[in-house]
Amino acid sequence: MSATFVVTKILRLLLTVWAAATLVFVMLRLAGDPVAAMVPSDAPQFVIDRYRERLGLDQPLVVQYLAYLWGLVGGDFGLSFRTGGPAWDIVAPRVVPTLILTGSATLIAVFVGIPVGMVAAARRDTVIDRLVMSFSVLAFAMPNFFLGILLILIFTLNLKLLPSGGFDHPVSLIMPALTLGLASAGAYARLARSSMLEVLSSPFIRTARANGIPTMRRLTHHVLRAILVPLVTLVGFSVGSMITGAVVTETVFAWPGLGRLLVVSVAQRDLAVVQLIVILAAAAMAFSNMIVDLLYGWLDPRIGSQRQKGGN
Amino acid sequence: MRARLPLIVPGILLSLVILFALFGNMLTEHSYDASNLLDRNRPPVFLGGDWKYPLGTDGLGRDLLARLVFGTRISIGLAFVGTIIGALVGTVLGLIAARMQNFVGGLIGAAIDLQAAIPFMIVALAALAILGNSLVLFVSILSIYGWETYARLVRGNALSAHTLPFVEAARTIGVSPVMIDVRHILPTVLNVVVVQLTLNFPQTILLETGLSFLGLGIQPPLTSLGQLLGEGRDSLSRAWWLSVLPGTLIFVTTLSVSLLGDALRDRLDPTLRRQ
Repeated sequence: MSATFVVTKILRLLLTVWAAATLVFVMLRLAGDPVAAMVPSDAPQFVIDRYRERLGLDQPLVVQYLAYLWGLVGGDFGLSFRTGGPAWDIVAPRVVPTLILTGSATLIAVFVGIPVGMVAAARRDTVIDRLVMSFSVLAFAMPNFFLGILLILIFTLNLKLLPSGGFDHPVSLIMPALTLGLASAGAYARLARSSMLEVLSSPFIRTARANGIPTMRRLTHHVLRAILVPLVTLVGFSVGSMITGAVVTETVFAWPGLGRLLVVSVAQRDLAVVQLIVILAAAAMAFSNMIVDLLYGWLDPRIGSQRQKGGN
Repeated sequence: MRARLPLIVPGILLSLVILFALFGNMLTEHSYDASNLLDRNRPPVFLGGDWKYPLGTDGLGRDLLARLVFGTRISIGLAFVGTIIGALVGTVLGLIAARMQNFVGGLIGAAIDLQAAIPFMIVALAALAILGNSLVLFVSILSIYGWETYARLVRGNALSAHTLPFVEAARTIGVSPVMIDVRHILPTVLNVVVVQLTLNFPQTILLETGLSFLGLGIQPPLTSLGQLLGEGRDSLSRAWWLSVLPGTLIFVTTLSVSLLGDALRDRLDPTLRRQ
C-alpha cells in the first residue's frame, strides 16, 4: 500500500466533507435572509443593517462562503439558535451515545447476520435456508420505528422486563441496539449466503474437500476468508443506513444521541446544530468508505495493487 | 436459489391494502378529521367496542378506521408520486450523462456521487430545517429520493447500449440523438428501471412514514400511516391498537411490494444478482 494511495483516499474524504458543507451553505442561502427571522418585523433598517454586518451578510457571497469554510476549518460551527452557545458544545456530548448504539447494532448485525447466512448457504434449499431468507425479507420490510414500538409493547409494557428508554443503565441499550441491528442483520445474512454459495462452488474449496479437510475447518479457514471482502464492503456501506436508523431509533427509545438531537433541532430549526450534524454524518460515511478501501488492499492484495495502478 | 413464497400471497396482501385505501371509508360513517369529544378513546370491536367505531377512536375521538383509510391513501399516494418522479428524473439524467461525455456528464456524475455520499434522511432533515416544512417541499424530498440510483443504473446500461450494432446503425444513417435515446436506448434500459422502481417504492414509503412518524413529514390535519403511528405511540400503554394497526399496514405494504419486486426481478432480469 503506497503513500499516494492513502493520500488520495484522505483527499477524497476531505472533498466529501467540503461538498457536504457547500451543500448546506447553498441551502442556507436559498432559504432567504436569516436576519428577517431574527428581528421583529417592524425593526428599523439600521438595526437590520447592524445585524447583517455582524453576521457578515453585507459581504459578497464568495467572501461569505470563504469565511464560512474558514470558520469550519478553525472549528467554528456557529452558534446554536436555542442556547446561544457554540453548536459544537451541544453536539459533542451526543457523539459517544450514538457511537455506543451504532457500534452495538453493528456487532449484532455481524454476529447474527453472517453466521445465520453461512448456515443457510451450507444447508441450501432446506427449511433452515427458507427461514433465514424469510427473516431477511421481513427485516428489510419492517420499519425500525415500528419494530421498536413492538419491542416496547412486549418487553416493557407486557413482560415488564426492560426499560422503554433512557441512557442510565446498560440494560437500556438492549432494545435500541436490537432494533437497529436486526434490520442490518437481514442484509448481512443475505449477502453472506449468496457470497458463500459462490465460494462453495469454486475450485479451491473442491480441492480442499478432496484433500480431506473437515467441513468446519473449510468453513472457518477457507470460506470465511474468501467472503470477507464483500462483507467488509457491506459493513462499510451500512454506516449510512446505521445513521439513518439511529435518527429514528434514538427518538423511539429516548436515546440521548446525535439522531435525537437532529430531530429536535430540525423541529426547532436550530440550523447551526443541524449543519454540524450533517457535516459529521458526511464525514463518518466518507471515513468508513476510506477504511473499507484501505482494508481491501489488506484482505485481498489483488484488489490493492489494481486500485493503485488504476488510481481509483 | 431464494425463498419462493408464492407470488399469490404478496399479490393478495397488496390488493387488500389497495382495496382498503380505495373503499375502506364505506365501512365507517365518520370523516378522518372529525373529532367527537364524547367518544374519546373508544376500544375497537374486537376488544368490546361497538360498531359505531369499528376500530375505536383516538384521544380526540376521531375514528381510527377512517384515519387509517386516509393515511393509507396519503402514504401510498405520496410514495407512488415520489417513486415515479424520481425514476423520470434519474432516467433522463442517466441518459444525458451517458450521451454527454463532457462537462455536463461530469456534473451529473458528481451530483450522483454527492447524493450517495450523505445519507438521504440527513439531507432531507436538513432541507426541512432550513427551508421549513411544507407539503411541496415534502413531496419534492420524496421525489428526489433515489434519483441517483436510477441515474447510475441507466448511465451504465446506456453506455453499453451505445455500442450495440443497431444503435451504431441508427447513428450512421443520421437519426437524431434524442430519437436514438428514446427509440433505441430507453427500451434496453427499461427493465432495470422497472426493477429499481419496485425496490425504491417500499423505501420511499419507509422514508415518508419515518419522517411523518418523527413529526417532520405530513402535518396535521393531513395524516399518513407514519404520523398515525407517531400519534399512537403516546398512548401505547393504554391503546396499543392506535400504533400497531398503522404499523402493520406499513409493514404489509412494504413487505408485499418487496416480494413482488423480487419475483419481477427474477422474471425480467435473471442475471441481476441480489445483494
